[in-house]
Amino acid sequence: MMSGKILVYIDQFKGQALPASWEAIGAAQLLSEKLGGEVVVFVPGENAKLTADQAFQYGVDQAFYCDDPSLKDYRAEPYAAVLVQVAREQNATVLLFPTTVRGREQAAMSSIELGSGVMPDVTSIEVEAGKIIATRPVYAGKLISKAVCDSSPVVITTRVRAFKKPAADPARSGTATQVAALMAEGEIQTVVSGYIETGSGVSLTDANVIVSGGRGVSNNPNLTPPAGLDEKQAEIWRAQQGFKLIGELASVLGAAVGASRAAVDAGYIPYTHQVGQTGKVVSPDLYVACGISGAIQHQAGMRSSKVIVAINKDAEAPIFKLARFGVVGDLYEITPALTEAFRKRLGK
Amino acid sequence: MNIVVCIKQVPDSAAKVSADGGQVSWGDAPLVLNPWDEFAVEAALTLQEAAGGDVTAISIGGESAKEALKTALAMGCSQAILISDPALGQVDSQAIAQVLAAAIRKMGGVDAAFFGRQAIDGDMGVTMAQTARLLKWPMLGLVASIKLEGNKLRVERTFEEGRQVVESQLPAAISVSKDIGEPRYPSFMGIRKASRANIPVWDMAELGISAPPSVVRWPEVVNPPTREVKTEMITGGSVQEIAEKLADRILEEKVL
Repeated sequence: MMSGKILVYIDQFKGQALPASWEAIGAAQLLSEKLGGEVVVFVPGENAKLTADQAFQYGVDQAFYCDDPSLKDYRAEPYAAVLVQVAREQNATVLLFPTTVRGREQAAMSSIELGSGVMPDVTSIEVEAGKIIATRPVYAGKLISKAVCDSSPVVITTRVRAFKKPAADPARSGTATQVAALMAEGEIQTVVSGYIETGSGVSLTDANVIVSGGRGVSNNPNLTPPAGLDEKQAEIWRAQQGFKLIGELASVLGAAVGASRAAVDAGYIPYTHQVGQTGKVVSPDLYVACGISGAIQHQAGMRSSKVIVAINKDAEAPIFKLARFGVVGDLYEITPALTEAFRKRLGK
Repeated sequence: MNIVVCIKQVPDSAAKVSADGGQVSWGDAPLVLNPWDEFAVEAALTLQEAAGGDVTAISIGGESAKEALKTALAMGCSQAILISDPALGQVDSQAIAQVLAAAIRKMGGVDAAFFGRQAIDGDMGVTMAQTARLLKWPMLGLVASIKLEGNKLRVERTFEEGRQVVESQLPAAISVSKDIGEPRYPSFMGIRKASRANIPVWDMAELGISAPPSVVRWPEVVNPPTREVKTEMITGGSVQEIAEKLADRILEEKVL
């Protein structure tokens, strides 16, 4: 029944596509094999033409882009206006977005404009009797739900790292089509006045490897905090020494640093590092949990990691039940030794 | 300022959730104010303290959802409204957004509507953007800080790459990230006030709309496949030996 085009929104920042955008093209190609329909991308923003040209290498049939001064900085409304226009003109019956902050909100907005619904953060897609059946984790992955949208277009955001990015073939190319911006500056109700850098290093959701610390990182009685700190400050100081060791292991592995809610709530590390039901839900290839007991809250955020390694003093910690490899021991001893062992093996 | 905060009641995050015959159960875990919404309430109250005016908490749900509204009242919201109607059974997010937009229109003169990042049950994270689009208001997602400057809001939005500073006209719809700061605890006075509060209930007739049809359905909810992990405990005579063994075993998994 569905033969319309599959439109993929390419999320980019300062002219660079987020890798999850290419994964969404992979998901679109899976659907196209089953439903027919061309795979078409839309790229808004700065240097959009370059990104649109790049999309051809991933095997898309058509690329549209809009590089207009009003779209230089991401703003939800003018971006959505052009996206919706392209979706209408191309008669798209499926819209796919990467589950990034911008992708999710553009999906939500366009579903309303196009009079349909939205299925966000989908981990797999099947087609039965011409109908798309999406699988999405709910309750932070404690349950898995199937979802079906009975109206057109079907709007889906694909979970980061759930779909395979197609192989890029530099021999493939095409001519991207420019489309015009639709909102005049005077109609746009927001102005972007700048950016603030936060955190650094690999982002948690994109990371192939994550090394995380929990409440246990402050638990080293052998460390003597500098004089003049009160009890709470001394605890945080200890925890920061622990996170330094975790950071060193992460850096050897090219990993992102995560944390449990307990560590974040105790003030050891900023919230952006939190993995769990009220933090980020991640599924890296390797997840190393140091001094994390494995509360349900935390498990919900990392249980779909491919290989889990647990280092904990308490042999009864629930995290060991999820772990492929476990070490009962002090993270202050094991972590630096593990860093050293990898440094030798990986030649770093 | 006339401020609204949209909240949801959900099973506690510590709940062991399971699916039995397509029915979701959370045992005897309590139903609570959605943890992300606590941050929305906090942001709404902080803005009200700076700008004056009222904060109205609204929620869609059954009679029990009044308890979540009472938590919001105990934290300091001025009033609460429950939207409840038998026609709102299994509704999708766009239908919820239609109802919330209708409620905000009915209230009239609302300057800002706050939302949590997502509800920890459905994990949709789209209600704010959908409601904003229906109201034709600017949407400010995942806000980490918020300030009223004249008749505009100055906010920091959170993206994967860092924060974006945005000035927005009012009225606006705002979702709040945890970076906004710890939600306040309900005060003793607040709890007393909340326990005596009379929370009006609006149905679809009261909103002047018919129940919006849902387009997304969930034919199946199941437990995740059990993780078939055989845990191998790594032991050894020294820390170095354990670390070397562990590194080798991880490399054998070919995940690096």
